[in-house]
Amino acid sequence: MSALKIKKGATSHSAYNLRPTFSDVEERHTLAVLVENEPGVLARVIGLFSGRGYNIDSLTVAEVDHTGHLSRITIVTSGTPQVIEQIKAQLGRIVTVHDVHDLTVEGASVERELAMFKVSGTGDKRVEALRLADIFRARVVDSTLESFIFEITGAPDKIDAFADLMRPLGLSDVARTGVAALSRGE
Amino acid sequence: MIVQALIDQGVDTVFGYPGGAVLPIYDEVFQQNAIRHILVRHEQGAVHAAEGYARSTGKPGVVIVTSGPGATNAVTGLTDALMDSIPIIVLTGQVPTFMIGSDAFQEADTVGITRPCTKHNWLVKETDALSGVLHEAFHVATQGRPGPVLVDIPKDVQFATGTYMPPKPSVSHYQPKVKGDMEEITELVAAMEKAKKPVFYTGGGVINSGPAASQLLRELVKATGFPITSTLMGLGSYPASGQNWLGMLGMHGLYQANMAMHDCDLLINIGARFDDRITGRIDAFSPKSTKAHIDIDPSSINKVIKTDIPIVGDVGHVLEDILKVWKSRGRKTNSEAVAKWWQQIEEWKAIDCLKFTQTGKVIKPQHALVRLEELTRKHDRYICTEVGQHQMWAAQYLGFEDPNRWMTSGGLGTMGYGFPASIGVQMAHPDALVINVAGEASWLMNMQEMGTAVQYRLPVKQFILNNERLGMVRQWQELLHGERYSQSWSEALPDFVKLAEAFGAKGIICSDPDDLDDAIMEMITHDGPVIFDCLVEKHENCFPMIPSGKAHNEMLLGEAQTQGVIDSKGSVLV
Ligand SMILES: Cc1ncc(C[n+]2csc(CCOP(=O)(O)OP(=O)(O)O)c2C)c(N)n1
Ligand SMILES: [Mg+2]
Repeated sequence: MSALKIKKGATSHSAYNLRPTFSDVEERHTLAVLVENEPGVLARVIGLFSGRGYNIDSLTVAEVDHTGHLSRITIVTSGTPQVIEQIKAQLGRIVTVHDVHDLTVEGASVERELAMFKVSGTGDKRVEALRLADIFRARVVDSTLESFIFEITGAPDKIDAFADLMRPLGLSDVARTGVAALSRGE
Repeated sequence: MIVQALIDQGVDTVFGYPGGAVLPIYDEVFQQNAIRHILVRHEQGAVHAAEGYARSTGKPGVVIVTSGPGATNAVTGLTDALMDSIPIIVLTGQVPTFMIGSDAFQEADTVGITRPCTKHNWLVKETDALSGVLHEAFHVATQGRPGPVLVDIPKDVQFATGTYMPPKPSVSHYQPKVKGDMEEITELVAAMEKAKKPVFYTGGGVINSGPAASQLLRELVKATGFPITSTLMGLGSYPASGQNWLGMLGMHGLYQANMAMHDCDLLINIGARFDDRITGRIDAFSPKSTKAHIDIDPSSINKVIKTDIPIVGDVGHVLEDILKVWKSRGRKTNSEAVAKWWQQIEEWKAIDCLKFTQTGKVIKPQHALVRLEELTRKHDRYICTEVGQHQMWAAQYLGFEDPNRWMTSGGLGTMGYGFPASIGVQMAHPDALVINVAGEASWLMNMQEMGTAVQYRLPVKQFILNNERLGMVRQWQELLHGERYSQSWSEALPDFVKLAEAFGAKGIICSDPDDLDDAIMEMITHDGPVIFDCLVEKHENCFPMIPSGKAHNEMLLGEAQTQGVIDSKGSVLV
């Protein structure tokens, strides 16, 4: 057996660590996926991401064409360029997926998200929260003597920034819808 | 209605197993003669049999099983068919719609369980939708990259009457692209004209594309004079006796094939997917070549290996266009350089990496296959295999002259595949010689199908290379785990001859090399199923071998041959 020149017990030769060597710089992409609105379609898309180890940073879904039974899934994902290409190709393989658009590379696009923040506090903090909300054009949709719920729409980073400001002022609960996005122009 | 849809789709054979949730379908099956139903002994067997049927005919295989355990037993077969792109339609019974979600008896979330192991699946909740879904299921299973689909049909939907719609030219939005991009094709032809060291690397896609694709491939190889190798799944698309054949490539591929892949300057992948059993270490894979990749599935391209010339399309269509363009540009190749390339390849071939010596009184598994090849070559022959060393030896030592004659579990590596697959093949080709080259351990995994073989008088030959070991596991333990043979013995094996007789079949045992030919002849000539217990050398290793994580040129040639090779080839070998 010595002719084989494999160290006995050299278990590092795993059959399964053969990842390809493409660029490893991660990018963030927003994908718009037009799907048939059939039961299970969301499970197919999510199962693809979990089964193949892709990231989902945000996902939204709703029917957009009632007569055509089409829903639009907006997915924000991150990965190396090769992984992003794979994600698009794999999505395209799903039989009930009609179209996959990578809004990040297909020209300019607009991204919006809606969020609600519950901020509890009294005194100066409460006043400051209201003042900042005004600057961010957040609306008060509920208030008690000790709390507000703000509603804010905007690009995800604007919402992140608002969340950062609210945290020291008594932020207690957050609900975000995830990103909806459309390409600009025609 | 279900049986009508199957008939209208041209189905003549289904494999299945009844149960409460499919009784209405079985009642329909009972009252007709157009479709033959084969009662298997386990639902996994039904799916593998359907795979064997599909792979040996090019037609989709059809399976009917009941809800719950019937469906879960089908999961391995579905996954196997998905990995190897085999068109299968599985119909499962389901509890009635009004009981779904109540943990009813034999309820399972079948579409949920099988979503990741089917190309697509459906739960049909209205009888009126049933025929449309069934026709769509055939369309999806067979179009584009083929694969398994599943239709889950609740019992009340089976009982109710609805309107039947006959199949019509597809209205499906699912219409995969079959024609390749002409610009890319022209770029490939230009690369072919210049290439000094080209190689065709072909795969199961050629076979899935149909017999015409194999024919076009042969024409292209002959016209260009380029060498050709194939994956395990692609064997037979180019004949093993063909002049330009290098043999199989990959982990247990032939020396000349792997060396050609490593040193080539133009690699033309036709319907293969750069599986890790093929590429070995990715960053050392074919480092000097321009890579073209023809595949009907866009997700295969750039998944593992960066491709320079990607061509999305059906192999047959693309090959036709390649030939057309190449001819119209004057049938050019760099013939002088290619001749030199062949000289190099001949040197590699001269190493004769499959050489072995049969000495003594113990049968070498390779010898058993050489004899099997010799004695069955001229027959109308179909070969199935199980999974393990015997599978790799079968791929190495048997010659495949035509497509659709080689049924093996490639992507999933499913022990227990071969025997039921051989039943499916024999159903499709009643007069052919169907042999399953098996390991004793794999064979036991679906041995219950002996009942099926005997019931339907299917003369399948179970050629078991019995090394009393989980041989492939043992080999890895020897090479990579310090010879610690953990759980890789086949203990308490049955007496295979008695086992065959217990089922009413014939059993043959052979342990002496001198008796082998006679015993094989006895197997071939017996008109009925045979279990052939071929007792072989217990510690034989399968070579050549690219240890995982190694490059093609770091191949191990085996105990006996390593010394001579190191002398002539110097440093290329580990
Ligand atoms: C269902 C399943 N379980 C486990 C394995 C792992 N495995 C691969 S080869 C092998 C041994 C096969 O033994 P045998 O059928 O006797 O074939 P041999 O290698 O001895 O020729 C095993 C356990 C597998 N491929 N499939
Ligand atoms: Mg064995």
